[in-house]
Amino acid sequence: MAGYIVLGIGFGILLNKAGYGIGWAFAMSALIYAGSMQYVGIGLLSGGASVITTIITTFMVNARHLFYSISMIDKYKDSGKYKPYLIFALTDETYSLLCEDDDVPRESINRYRFFVSLFDQCYWVAGSVIGSLLGSVIHFSTAGIEFSMTALFIASFTEQWLASGDHKPAVIGLVSTVLCLVIFGTEKFLIPSMLLITLLLTVIRKKEDREG
Amino acid sequence: MRPVILVLAMALTTMALRFLPFLIFGKRTPKYVSYLGKVLPQAIIALLVVYCLREVSVTAPPHGIPELIAGGSVVGMQAWKRNAVLSILLGTVVYMALIRVI
Repeated sequence: MAGYIVLGIGFGILLNKAGYGIGWAFAMSALIYAGSMQYVGIGLLSGGASVITTIITTFMVNARHLFYSISMIDKYKDSGKYKPYLIFALTDETYSLLCEDDDVPRESINRYRFFVSLFDQCYWVAGSVIGSLLGSVIHFSTAGIEFSMTALFIASFTEQWLASGDHKPAVIGLVSTVLCLVIFGTEKFLIPSMLLITLLLTVIRKKEDREG
Repeated sequence: MRPVILVLAMALTTMALRFLPFLIFGKRTPKYVSYLGKVLPQAIIALLVVYCLREVSVTAPPHGIPELIAGGSVVGMQAWKRNAVLSILLGTVVYMALIRVI
């Protein structure tokens, strides 16, 4: 959870440097609440992107949330009044925390999930606001701080690699994306990559079904 | 006005992605969809790593060396301590230092 304060601070600083102050940091973290997308969103805002580009980019960067939600359908089935917020607040961090909640007593599981989700967002919003304030008082160069987003994904990749016995999805993701980057270039490779990844994952599933 | 619309577009698209599966597959999830739910996150994280590094050129100086060293330090720290915050902090500090000296 402390990770959210650090990442939030990085986001707040970058957003401030792009010319959007504390109100923007608060609004984005409260309403969008998707770490990596907000980093990407700074580029969209300062580059004057169109609404369509923004929607497509958000869809691509956040498409994994479809799958987080799919894997939570069963878990959240009986969460009652907490359900809308649990779904809204299902970020990478919260997802990974709630994947490992088997030792929480069943009778308080919904409250537990709600408060994990809520505290995660509080940390994230607080971090963003602190970062925004820091960004307006520090004047030394923060060049390179954007690597915090890259580091976030490399750390998640490493963690999933270590935790998973099946490395095929990770390898497929890596190879497909590099291939599409080489073929389609830096502007247009995201959509072909997603399609190729989905296709290859579908193919290996069919194959494993036959073998298994 | 445009920034307000863009922030709302990001917020609504993200919300749609989170809520749609619950609305569509509320009761029974097709096997194929649960399979994708299991394997896609790993593949998409790999995609996002490449996405972040898309502008790095190996032919022009500094040949991606700062990204390689800083990225390597993230992998090493994560494998050692399994603590994402430590890994991210280390990688970012290493990167910020490297781009100033290389």
